[in-house]
Amino acid sequence: MDLDTSSEISRPPSTFQRVSDRGFRILSLGFAWLTILVVLYIIWEIGSKSTPAMKTYGAGFLTGTTWDPNTGEFGILPEIWGTLYSSILALTIGTVFGVAVAIFLTEGYLGTVVYNTLRLCHLQQHRLFSKAPTACETLLKNLVELLAAIPSVVYGLWGIFVVIPMIRPTCNWLHESFSWIPFLGTPLSGPGMLPAALVLAVMILPTIAAISRDALVSVPPKLREASYGLGATRWETLLAVILPTAAGGIFGAVVLAFGRALGETMALAMLVGNANRISVSLFAPGNTLASLLANNFAEAGGDENKVAVLMFAGLVLMAITLVVNMIGALILQRATRGLKGLN
Amino acid sequence: MINVQPNLAMDNGPNNPKDSETVIQCDLKELHYGAFKAVRDTRIPIRKGEVTAFIGPSGCGKSTVLRCLNRMNDLIRGFRFDGNVHFRGRDIYHPGVDPVAVRRYIGMVFQQPNPFAMSIYKNITYGLRINGYRGDYDEIVEKALRGAALWDEVKDKLRQSGLSLSGGQQQRLCIARAIAVEPEVLLMDEPCSALDPIATRKVEDLMSELKEKYTIAIVTHNMQQAQRVADRTAFMYVDTTQGGRTGYLVEMGETGQIFEDPTEQHTRDYISGQFS
Repeated sequence: MDLDTSSEISRPPSTFQRVSDRGFRILSLGFAWLTILVVLYIIWEIGSKSTPAMKTYGAGFLTGTTWDPNTGEFGILPEIWGTLYSSILALTIGTVFGVAVAIFLTEGYLGTVVYNTLRLCHLQQHRLFSKAPTACETLLKNLVELLAAIPSVVYGLWGIFVVIPMIRPTCNWLHESFSWIPFLGTPLSGPGMLPAALVLAVMILPTIAAISRDALVSVPPKLREASYGLGATRWETLLAVILPTAAGGIFGAVVLAFGRALGETMALAMLVGNANRISVSLFAPGNTLASLLANNFAEAGGDENKVAVLMFAGLVLMAITLVVNMIGALILQRATRGLKGLN
Repeated sequence: MINVQPNLAMDNGPNNPKDSETVIQCDLKELHYGAFKAVRDTRIPIRKGEVTAFIGPSGCGKSTVLRCLNRMNDLIRGFRFDGNVHFRGRDIYHPGVDPVAVRRYIGMVFQQPNPFAMSIYKNITYGLRINGYRGDYDEIVEKALRGAALWDEVKDKLRQSGLSLSGGQQQRLCIARAIAVEPEVLLMDEPCSALDPIATRKVEDLMSELKEKYTIAIVTHNMQQAQRVADRTAFMYVDTTQGGRTGYLVEMGETGQIFEDPTEQHTRDYISGQFS
């Protein structure tokens, strides 16, 4: 290809530029493919390692309620139940607090409180304090996100030595007074569903709060103005305009947090009680798929059948979290697309 | 600096019989955002059944003043208003007055069309629902949409999202939403700046119809628009002599007088395009 290259200023790209451009493109394409291949390889590897167990136990593995390595009888229904039950409990608590935190952060409540406090002292225009309302909001946002940085095992320790002793008297009083309610049907003797769900709720709080916050922030300010301009109060605006507009994003946040809760291992292994049973009581110990794996892999070494069984359980857990995460991502994607018409 | 029609007795109280036509009397001394003085010395009467236009260069505070009239600025942290605004003889900045209540009598249409992400029907009934109105919504929706000259275009798709409409239709939907609660005054903050000329024309024609029932105050950048729609025009300008950029009212009068025979040199320069 011949171009007129008489110009003093513009030159065609040099060989080095062309080679490095091409090289970078090939490199990034390679890494992108590598990521996909790693995921596929893991799925394939776990799938093939669990095939013997699938052949031996079939669908009975999913519906069985006994886990006895001595007799070779394996069923994971209590674990599936425990995984879903603890996650849904945690999600209920976490959503209420997470969305509340997100609202508190985005709707200027905190900033207004700080501003009004400063105004009482006539300091609101002082150069040291004029940025304080915004600074406090940023601080709280970062603090909430810091919750995600605490290691899972630390949460577990906190749950065992702080949360359980703290809630135990109340739980047992509730059980004694209202034992006819199925949810309060057993006493809390130590580890159990409720402490596990409480700690899990704190662990997923940053996910819910951060993504809900993004959803609330992306509600165009002009919609708030429209609502206030019609004589709506803050509360009416929040309930009737802001939350419905951000609902898609908030729902996506909840589903992603659900995915996180399902796979959470260490804290649950420490708190859930590892009892192979199905109970609706909040205080009864139970088990989850993730903590089942964490508690059993050490003894499985060498035993082909046991490894296959654990791989099968892992595959089930992976399938559940994968589906939940995909649904969450899809919802978030649709929610952002839905908001485009507003901007 | 302030120049108004002499027959409008501005210094008398709102109970003066001569003022019976004035729905809103804005007496702004100073307006601050934090430490920033945004507007000073602006006294504007808004008369019943008329269209009052606010014109002036960017940053002269005309939108800010308009937003004072229904206390929309209260939503901005650091906002401070020194002066008073009388609406039907009551000062809306009196500490006992709830800004939410003020906004139910003085509606607003914004620069960007801002329908809610709900159906056309629900957009219109929103104001009724928050007001706790129980009655025939269908009738009010039709009346409001007819009033905003939108009924024929949307009567078959009231359940569709308000966002599915074109920009001009969305803005008329917002006007319909504002008049559905039958406010006394309609404030319009550059309502046509995001619209094409045809949609602009429709909204302008609509304003002439609406002023039969509602009192209108409009901020506009478009001087032809002010001449086409406004009965009276207020010209605001920016004062940079005191260090900051503070807007103030230069003069106010009949639209024809402001554009053909302004009293102030600033006004003359601005409308003839010779401003520094």
